Amino acid sequence: MSSPGYATERETTEGKVFNVTGGDWDTVVGGTDPIQDERIVVNMGPQHPSTHGVLRLILELEGETVREARVVVGYLHTGIEKNLEFRNWVQGSTFVTRMDYLSPIFNETGYALAVEKLLGIEDQITERATTIRVLMMELNRIASHLVWVATTGMELGAISMMLYGFREREYILEIFEMVAGLRMNMAYVRPGGVAQDVPDEAIVKIREFLALMPKKLKEYEALLSGQPIWHQRTKDVAVLDVTGCLALGITGPVLRSAGLPWDLRKTMPYCGYETYEFDVPTTPTGDVWGRYLVRMAEMRESLKIIEQALDRLKPGPIMVADKKIAWPAQLAIGVDGMGNSLEHVAKIMGQSMESLIHHFKLVTEGFRVPPGQVYVGIESPRGELGVHAVSDGGTRPYRVHYREPSFVNLQAIPAMAEGGLIADVIAGGASLDPVMGGCDR
Amino acid sequence: MSTNGVEPNRPSEDPGGGVPAQAPPVGATSGAPAEYPPASHAGRGMFGIHGSGDTSGFGGLVRRRVDPVGTPRPYGGYFDEVYDALDYAFPGLEDAIEKVVVDRGELTLHIKPERIVDVCRTMRDSEGLRFELCSSVSGVDYLGADDRRLHVVYQLTSMTYRRRVRLEVAVTADHPRVPSVTQVYPTADWQERETYDFFGVVFEGHPNLTRILMPDDWEGFPQRKDYPLGGVPVEYKGAEIPPPDKRRSYQ
Repeated sequence: MSSPGYATERETTEGKVFNVTGGDWDTVVGGTDPIQDERIVVNMGPQHPSTHGVLRLILELEGETVREARVVVGYLHTGIEKNLEFRNWVQGSTFVTRMDYLSPIFNETGYALAVEKLLGIEDQITERATTIRVLMMELNRIASHLVWVATTGMELGAISMMLYGFREREYILEIFEMVAGLRMNMAYVRPGGVAQDVPDEAIVKIREFLALMPKKLKEYEALLSGQPIWHQRTKDVAVLDVTGCLALGITGPVLRSAGLPWDLRKTMPYCGYETYEFDVPTTPTGDVWGRYLVRMAEMRESLKIIEQALDRLKPGPIMVADKKIAWPAQLAIGVDGMGNSLEHVAKIMGQSMESLIHHFKLVTEGFRVPPGQVYVGIESPRGELGVHAVSDGGTRPYRVHYREPSFVNLQAIPAMAEGGLIADVIAGGASLDPVMGGCDR
Repeated sequence: MSTNGVEPNRPSEDPGGGVPAQAPPVGATSGAPAEYPPASHAGRGMFGIHGSGDTSGFGGLVRRRVDPVGTPRPYGGYFDEVYDALDYAFPGLEDAIEKVVVDRGELTLHIKPERIVDVCRTMRDSEGLRFELCSSVSGVDYLGADDRRLHVVYQLTSMTYRRRVRLEVAVTADHPRVPSVTQVYPTADWQERETYDFFGVVFEGHPNLTRILMPDDWEGFPQRKDYPLGGVPVEYKGAEIPPPDKRRSYQ
């Protein structure tokens, strides 16, 4: 009945009893490699408080040392690029704003610049519209960096920093709400200009913010810069030098923290950045500490740009004159966000049949864009945000691809984490400032 | 900048600007109802419209196909310099390059797929070129407009000279194989995986060519233009709303 390797059995009054004597355990134990056996594989995420959204890391550990790190993305893939191909060019801004949800203005501006380049109307964009774009982008950059310093502070043990960072970001979101009607995902920057003029109250609020923010930045630095724990968690952690950055395609504050002053606002200017006075902060360290210093300094530079932009803000149109490209209606902010103004609705519904026809054609079909392809790169808070837009001459994008800095930068995690401690994986990953909505699109 | 009368920042006079796409409306001038079938699935708009998709009666909505045309020299701007530097550093460039297109102030070099790695290596290493950064790799599906419908587009950036150049290769859907440039630009790793994931372009020599954004067991390549949108009709308050690719659309 029984054969070697199987438990023997016998009948008793209680029933069948098996005798488990074991077999070749000695050989099994002797055959294992104690070094290899100490390696454990830890799955971190995709639901983990320290992974910045649905990022999944698979870590092979030896003790506390990371031997191999693999990054798995795609949990937040929403098919935005595919969706864009089924909406007209104007509707595109509503989609792209939802990619990298911490820097919506940059997604929109990149898209708008690409569509304008396809249309060949870059020189028709009014000065006021461009200045407002710069103003909004720099406010957004500060908001994004504030979230970075807030979340990274929390992940490395400085919970107060989290509260402070989000508190000041709220201030910027209130400005956004005054200007665009929404706090996030505003679809404010449109091909041809911006959707809405900046109201005077918002200007006042931005001026207040400019007075307030330098004090707050000093507060953060008083909290973090001299802190021994912050030093230990960030200095010489997750080092990546310029060569490594360029090979892996890393741009933005991470590249600048390694010492290369590559900032598209300076090196390949767009939106008139060449006329603003600001510096590109760098550090030579290439570690998390350097990235912290760079981002703090960049917030100050952004404040400088905002101040200059405010001074330049002269009254004028905010959209191109071509009513086909500009929305046929004057938009207005209502209690529930932005929409067609009541005067426009009254006009098309009650007075002008032609206006109604134009409105209908432009809203349902949209305008045509001459065939061709363009690539536009702008400096988002995370690095080069590239928009590759292809038109086949129709009213819808034929293909729009976003070169998302979060997506490209996340490739650096193995290079930063392998050979380091598991605690530094968090610091290194956070220092890349990945936003999964942008990464997975 | 340019001597052939075309400003580099304007859309070029050549229809299409090197992109295999449809020409501007034809029916509007002839006054005839559009009799051409849609050029491509993508050209027929959102929701599977047959015929012209025209709901206005204007009859001008169908676009003719045009073959992409190359740009003659001089290209204008720094483009001549880049081309000459590449010609100097890359012997036999004429065999590797299919076409040069300048449109809207951007230079596109159409490269034969089998030579893309060599060209990239020269672009990166040569003194006069120095395209250190591969900004982006992505795909475009020109279904119905190009026999080699799957294009892979590389955006290269020279940090030394502050220039950009686009490389483009085209392959058929039956044999979608392109050598991987990860040996030259490691940053292309994930971007090639993304292109494989969405377009089914197989990058030969890629260390780990798997899906990256779609689930591992996904079937089909979603960003191809013939990929069905799917969906089921939904009933809402007594009315039936058809799935997206069956709805009426205004093109």
